[in-house]
Amino acid sequence: MMSNLDINFFFEDFRLNAYILNVDLQTDATLQVDISDALSERDKVKFTVHTKSTLPNFKQNEFSVVRQHEEFIWLHDSFVENEEYAGYIIPPSPPRPDFDASREKLQKLGEGEGSMTKEEFTKMKQELEAEYLAIFKKTVAMHEVFLCRVAAHPVLRKDLNFHVFLEYNQDLSVRGKNKKEKLEDFFKNVVKSADGVLVAGVKDVDDFFEHEKTFLLEYHNRVKDSSAKSDRMIRSHKSAADDINRIASTLYTLGTQDSTDLCKFFLKVSELFEKTRKIEARVAADEDLKLADLLKYYLRESQAAKDLLYRRGRALVDYENANKALDKARAKNKDVLQAETTQQVCCQKFEKISESAKQELIDFKTRRVAAFRKNLVELAELELKHAKGNLQLLQSCLGVLKGDT
Amino acid sequence: EDISSSSNGPKAEPMLLDHDPDDLFAEATEEVSLDSPERQMILSDGPSPAITPVTINPRADVFDRSPDQDEDEEENRDTFDIQISVSDPEKVGDGMNAYMAYKVTTKTSLSIFSRDEVCVKRRFSDFLGLHSKLASKYMHIGYIVPPAPEKSIVGQRLGRRSSAVTELDPDAKACLCCRYLLRTVKQPALLKDPDVLQFLESSELPRAVSTQALSGAGILRMVNKAADAVNKMTIKMNESDAWFEEKQQQFENLDVQLRKLHASVESLVFHRKELSVNTASFAKSAAMLGNSEDHTALSRALSQLAEVEEKIDQLHQDQACADFYLISELLGDYVRLITAVKGVFDQRMKTWAKCQDAQVMLQRKREAEAKLQHANKPDKLQQAKDEIREWEGKVQQGERDFEQISKNIRREVGRFEKDRVKDFRVVIIKYLESLVHTQQQLIKYWEAFLPEAKAIA
Repeated sequence: MMSNLDINFFFEDFRLNAYILNVDLQTDATLQVDISDALSERDKVKFTVHTKSTLPNFKQNEFSVVRQHEEFIWLHDSFVENEEYAGYIIPPSPPRPDFDASREKLQKLGEGEGSMTKEEFTKMKQELEAEYLAIFKKTVAMHEVFLCRVAAHPVLRKDLNFHVFLEYNQDLSVRGKNKKEKLEDFFKNVVKSADGVLVAGVKDVDDFFEHEKTFLLEYHNRVKDSSAKSDRMIRSHKSAADDINRIASTLYTLGTQDSTDLCKFFLKVSELFEKTRKIEARVAADEDLKLADLLKYYLRESQAAKDLLYRRGRALVDYENANKALDKARAKNKDVLQAETTQQVCCQKFEKISESAKQELIDFKTRRVAAFRKNLVELAELELKHAKGNLQLLQSCLGVLKGDT
Repeated sequence: EDISSSSNGPKAEPMLLDHDPDDLFAEATEEVSLDSPERQMILSDGPSPAITPVTINPRADVFDRSPDQDEDEEENRDTFDIQISVSDPEKVGDGMNAYMAYKVTTKTSLSIFSRDEVCVKRRFSDFLGLHSKLASKYMHIGYIVPPAPEKSIVGQRLGRRSSAVTELDPDAKACLCCRYLLRTVKQPALLKDPDVLQFLESSELPRAVSTQALSGAGILRMVNKAADAVNKMTIKMNESDAWFEEKQQQFENLDVQLRKLHASVESLVFHRKELSVNTASFAKSAAMLGNSEDHTALSRALSQLAEVEEKIDQLHQDQACADFYLISELLGDYVRLITAVKGVFDQRMKTWAKCQDAQVMLQRKREAEAKLQHANKPDKLQQAKDEIREWEGKVQQGERDFEQISKNIRREVGRFEKDRVKDFRVVIIKYLESLVHTQQQLIKYWEAFLPEAKAIA
């Protein structure tokens, strides 16, 4: 039974994947962060966060700490709640590691061990382990991407919490939210959405932001839809590959049992299907990596961009309200100084956010276009590679089979 | 030898209903499984006498063949010239009396047919009727009669406990009927059978009413099937011939594996169809995403991706069809055929049992006669002697029948295996070629897309 999976992380696949989602990352010698190792335990995953830095803030040039998912969330939330960062797109938090489905399958396999042949059992076990490994790799990639984005951001990389996260080698004692806090979060979100609708309703004077608002709203919804549909498509693909696997096994048995010339035939075809279904499984996996993950990531990023626009909208509303309050105060000639200060603060806040937001949104577009380009190109290249591989296998097998008559 | 020509299927009472709700009984309680219905019918007590085929062409009688003649026959089969197609399903009539009629076209240069090209209209029950006639005539002497086409198929969907019964669509049914006819005419004995000729050539065919599920014959079939199962358990045959034992085991194994394979292929067809649907849905979604993307080059690339995926969904659909029509149907046919083969082996067992019973009877009669000898009853003695002669005759006949059926089965199995090898080879190669085509198309589509993706600036 699977309990502890200790996996050392020098797999190329996942490295590249993390890189691809952040194409604009310059490998900056001043601060490099990665996840060098990961350990999957029964109900949690432990990530080894490894930092190389020439910055004076850190005690050493190279160090590692162990972090869990909740600590990543804590870090992300601390960014979101920090007023100073209101004008930036906060890198989306990584999704929670979810091995439940995979664990369930492994459990079922263990229970059904008696009802299948030894070969079948071993085969299925290997596949499920591969699946588990794939999910594991992905979750590590997601967590690494988050850290890399923060490290690459000119402002966020200087954040104190971030440095603590990277360096403090004890447990951050960040427990998960309890029920009360979760409830509070829930209400906060409800208020935020209601507010968001109000704020979105305010027409922006600035064309750029008005356009971005409309664009992001529609884009976000469409990415959500595409992400879900791509997942479904890839799942069907995997199911079909599984069927081919079973067919290959049965053909093998037929080949060993048959008394006619067909036995060689069946064995050859069984061998062929074994190979082609491995390719089909790779196709599904690559589609998952290059397409589904890309869409999922931009779903989260576009949400973060929307959040930025919301914050700016909020600041705009506050600014306009402060203006109105100032006018009223001047009219009544009461508390004018206070109103002026409030108005000034709001104005500054709004302008600061607007300025950085504009740059952030432009960068978001650049990042998005580059990421899509890279992934779509690689998707097409991989599809071609696999199709050609498949074709070659099929044609060579056909050649042998036809020649045998 | 008592040979009476009878071409009216098994001894069933004609249905008193005056309509044939052919299609309405699709959900009938007739066991809808891959076991063909002919087994239970044939294994009823006492087969209908077979017809010694009236040979129209001067070739030797099918029954008494020397090995040399067998080989000749095999060679002649390769220059077999007959093409059959079943097409144009159309609904005839309406309401309760509605049924599907198919056009059966036969093109041939064989002399036993009256014309080069014949076109007739047949309905599904006609096929079943033909099958039941052939089965009653030939199965009990060891001929493997191709199983009747099934109205619906039983497929085991992955993940579901019970098997799903799917009614075949008219085109698939037409294919099924066509394959049934082709297999039937491939058998030289059956090709010359007057019922087959009548089926292919005559414009009017007497309605086969005994094929309905809930008809008298249908119920008889079900009863016989139960009796047969019991019988099988009680007949303990002393197999003197290892060949039969070996073959039976092989067919048993083949049956198991083919069913397994059939189930997996059906699952594949299902998932591929699902993949096709999901790909189409994703294509639409990607097109929408492309529309809302405000970077022009990326927007175009996404639209192109949507187009590629749309083409690919069609590809998956076509492949699923190939999966089904080539492999799935072949496997289904062979599972049914193997049931027919097993039926023929069972027939041999029955024949042996009959022979044994006759011997036991003879023994008893002899014992009775011996008793009567001592009791000194001259009139009864004569009767006893007559009975002994009668049963000696039956024993001899039984032994002859057994020998004949064994010989027939050996030949039939040889032919069956030869056909099996050919069928599987041909179909699998065709299937692999369809897979090749799919991959080639995929390459074409992605090669066209790649430059578009690279053009994103």
